Amino acid sequence: MPATLHFTKFINGEKNEIHICEKCAQEMGEVYINQAGQGFSFNNLLSGLLNIEPIFQSSTASAKPKTEELRCKRCNLSFKEFVHVGKFGCEDCYKTFDNQLNPILKRVHSGNTAHIGKIPSRMGDTIHLRKQVAQLKEVLKDLIEKEEFEKAAEIRDEIRSLEKQNDHHVDGGPQS
Amino acid sequence: MSFERFVQSALSSWMNEDGPDTDIVLSSRVRLARNFKDFTFPTVFSDKEGQEVIELIKKEFVGKKISDCGQLELLEMDSLEPLQKRVLVEKHLISPNLASDSSFGACLLSDNEKVSIMINEEDHIRIQCLAPGLQLTEVLQMANHIDDLVEETVDYAYDEERGYLTSCPTNVGTGLRASVMMHLPGLVLTQQLNQIIPAMNQLGLVVRGTYGEGSEALGNIFQISNQITLGKSEKDIVNDLTSVVQQIIAQERSARNALAKTSHIQLEDRIYRSFGTLINARIIESKEAATCISDVRLGIDLGYIDSISKTILNELMILTQPGFLQKYAGGPLQAYERDIRRASLIRERLKLEKNENS
Repeated sequence: MPATLHFTKFINGEKNEIHICEKCAQEMGEVYINQAGQGFSFNNLLSGLLNIEPIFQSSTASAKPKTEELRCKRCNLSFKEFVHVGKFGCEDCYKTFDNQLNPILKRVHSGNTAHIGKIPSRMGDTIHLRKQVAQLKEVLKDLIEKEEFEKAAEIRDEIRSLEKQNDHHVDGGPQS
Repeated sequence: MSFERFVQSALSSWMNEDGPDTDIVLSSRVRLARNFKDFTFPTVFSDKEGQEVIELIKKEFVGKKISDCGQLELLEMDSLEPLQKRVLVEKHLISPNLASDSSFGACLLSDNEKVSIMINEEDHIRIQCLAPGLQLTEVLQMANHIDDLVEETVDYAYDEERGYLTSCPTNVGTGLRASVMMHLPGLVLTQQLNQIIPAMNQLGLVVRGTYGEGSEALGNIFQISNQITLGKSEKDIVNDLTSVVQQIIAQERSARNALAKTSHIQLEDRIYRSFGTLINARIIESKEAATCISDVRLGIDLGYIDSISKTILNELMILTQPGFLQKYAGGPLQAYERDIRRASLIRERLKLEKNENS
């Protein structure tokens, strides 16, 4: 049977690449195969991946309970519960468990952690403004380093004006 | 009653329309998972929140006309019997998960059944659009249009870095699952599919059975979809899937041609035996029925059989599912009773079809 599952385990910083077929995976207990045996259930696979997170394999005894005890303030979901069900309870979970999220997303989405697709149209303006501000701040940093203070002052004023616009959007500009 | 409207016919009207590559690709589907900003996700929300989500949708979308798909009608899961929900699943209008596990679950169906917006499944809404043949770009456009309509009235849970926030991180980012249903008897008979599936997995695509995750591939029909929803644009996801599907179509066609050339008599024998079984059997299990329907469908595609249409086979695939059989029987049936009813239903439909064509 050809290998259909490919993932990388990190245990105490040691990298170990695994390429296995469903049958071997089942025997090794690395992931859960759904009962119908028709490939992998996303959620079970996710739980399987979470269980081999470095945080659970860490040699420092304090790390494990700390992560497991993390709890979302809004929906009260703990990280342990998330690992069990493979689902978040609210949008705030993404912030609460942000530190644990990147390794999971990388594994599930072929190394990707950032969205590059559609932006909801009513949020578009705000996001565009924020990106512009971030870019200008980089330019400002450069100009200050080069001691071009006149230009820097212009850029600073531009940033302030964009941030004002942004505040207007956030405070209920076009949003109802 | 509105529910009856959607199950009077086993086949959605759009399944009778023609589309590109319909000899191999039965249908294209795009699903967008979205959540509303001010509510916790359906996996943990309170009854009050669940009710509020439905009310919000009701107020804005019931009766709304969606381009050429007709009006949207609401079906609430709590008001349906388990058998009624099963029939909707068999028609691919709702997911098994919405039918069995949702609280305050509902769906908005368009008149032509091309649009199904599931409410309070794993996410607050799942916009699903369908079309015959290989038309992923077109269904993505339709789903995007509906997505924009919803977003005019509701704020989505969205993060600049992570994109559309979903219950399960496997859907985060675009929230997009694009899939096609493919009939692949050539690749199965020539034992090539076993090599193709791992290659598709490597490309971030998933191959599943007829009714999604964990279901069996009945009658050589496979559902192929994207696994990655984050870090790629919607357009790229759909284009990448389309190009892989086009390659599979080419491989399936060449497998069929090779079989017809090298094993013509064996293939013809297999197809006509299956045809004979469908026309004559008195007891037939669903798996055997699906295999025979697949053989006869291949027979039509190869030009061996012209007395029946593929439409009737599409209809039989759904009509012979347990939910529909019991719906027509007016109540629950034991497995062996279903096998008898399935056989007689197939005989009747094919006889009717032959009479119409003669």
